[in-house]
Amino acid sequence: MRIQPTSNRQQAYLQMRKRKNRKIKLTQFFICIGFLLLWELSSDFGWIDSFFFSSPKRILSFYVHSLSEGTLLSHIGMTFLETACSFLLVTMISIAVATLLWFQKSLSKVLEPYLVILNSLPKSALAPLLLVWLGSGIDTIIIAGISVAVFGSIISIYNGYLQTEPEKEILIQTLGGTRMQTFQLVVFPQTIPILLSITKVNIGLSLVGVIIGEFLSARKGLGYLIIYGSQTFQLTQVIASILLLCFMAYIFYHCITLFENKAIKKPTGH
Amino acid sequence: MSNFLTLHNIGYSYHSPQEETAALHHINFSVREGEFIAIVGPSGCGKSTLLSIIAGLLLPEEGEISFNCNAGSNIQRPIGYMLQKDQLLEWRTIEQNVMLGLEITKQKTPMHLEYVNTLLKEYGLDRFRHCYPSQLSGGMKQRAALIRTLALKPDLLLLDEPFSALDYQTRLNVSSDICRLIRQTKKTVILITHDLAEAISLSDRIIVLSKRPATVIRNIPIQLSSKDNSYLSASKCPEFHNYFNLLWEDLNHENSTNKQ
Repeated sequence: MRIQPTSNRQQAYLQMRKRKNRKIKLTQFFICIGFLLLWELSSDFGWIDSFFFSSPKRILSFYVHSLSEGTLLSHIGMTFLETACSFLLVTMISIAVATLLWFQKSLSKVLEPYLVILNSLPKSALAPLLLVWLGSGIDTIIIAGISVAVFGSIISIYNGYLQTEPEKEILIQTLGGTRMQTFQLVVFPQTIPILLSITKVNIGLSLVGVIIGEFLSARKGLGYLIIYGSQTFQLTQVIASILLLCFMAYIFYHCITLFENKAIKKPTGH
Repeated sequence: MSNFLTLHNIGYSYHSPQEETAALHHINFSVREGEFIAIVGPSGCGKSTLLSIIAGLLLPEEGEISFNCNAGSNIQRPIGYMLQKDQLLEWRTIEQNVMLGLEITKQKTPMHLEYVNTLLKEYGLDRFRHCYPSQLSGGMKQRAALIRTLALKPDLLLLDEPFSALDYQTRLNVSSDICRLIRQTKKTVILITHDLAEAISLSDRIIVLSKRPATVIRNIPIQLSSKDNSYLSASKCPEFHNYFNLLWEDLNHENSTNKQ
């Protein structure tokens, strides 16, 4: 029942919107270019020490060099794989545990202080312990990634479940529904928007955990490149890896946004 | 006509670590089959508690409720319960919303679907079946909520201030509209309201509850010379004002004793 954009005023409005969007995109582009240009110039003219601060040109040649060697892609792939695994596991574990807590209110009362303590614990402090317990493998790094995100995620999802209007739960009850049906029909669907925003936080936290893990134990991955680069004073490698991390975080975030737009059928209101 | 529902000495208290609050005390009344009952009372007197007990959501601490329907003492069909807001689920279309009860009780049989379809057509929602609740007006949402309730063919309808979330003008229209539709179904109805005019114009009998702990202080049948149940025509009847004053005094008396 959408009104087709036919009138002149509607078209003018749409064009105005288009122009505004283009302006924003252009400004974003120029900020990026301007920053890179300033960086390059200040290292060329010796305003900053390019040994410590590197330069876009050096970074670019690092990318070209390590790509031709074929090592860079495997480092990126490793970090990507570890982050994706720990993110998926965090999502599954935290939904499962939060759901269990919703069904067993007394269990959630019992576990509450433990969850709060585990959540506020600085997880990087756990990483050395994990390394000793589990050895230096990909599973240690994935578990480090999980440990950073999972407790906060459980608490947030559980609180999301609790935000269900009590009247909606009564509604299902009066229609003869079980507690399982209350969960399936009301509690879970109404939590989906909250769930998606928690997911966005989780992807960032998983990445943090994976990098901490790689700092400590890995022989592959962007975290390894960063720590190795800093120890051998190859700061171009460090900065180049950090930039790749930024890019990876952006890609992950974008994927979730795409998924979000698909998952939530937005009813077109008036 | 036989008594459909009898409440015998119902009592209920809320418990908290600080205190025990008696909500209901020795409630006695009965409802005949096909009757439209309105329950009024001072705010916070436990009207909704009473309805929850009748609906089986709460168990009474004292006394007992007996249903006497054709099937025997225990009713298999769920009781139709309409809540204060329409409580339609925003992420479901109107069609999916009205089917909710059938889905829950796994009764999506052709016969039931046919019944829901008839109701959708009758109530003018057929065109909107694939719309989401946010696209409908308040009145249409209430109608959808009514269809959702009726889809399970309940013997008893409980309405807990079902119009209180609407603005005044919509409310006048919607309440008489919904109640006309309910009248057509010839179901037994218990309506809770704090609006005396609504109670008088819609119901066959009014039960007045006292302040907490609530007991029945008046139980009067309503006989209006006009009986099309719209607020407008009811308020024109001479008896309307007598009833109104009577109920008003009851409630005021309750409020004034409350202060002492």
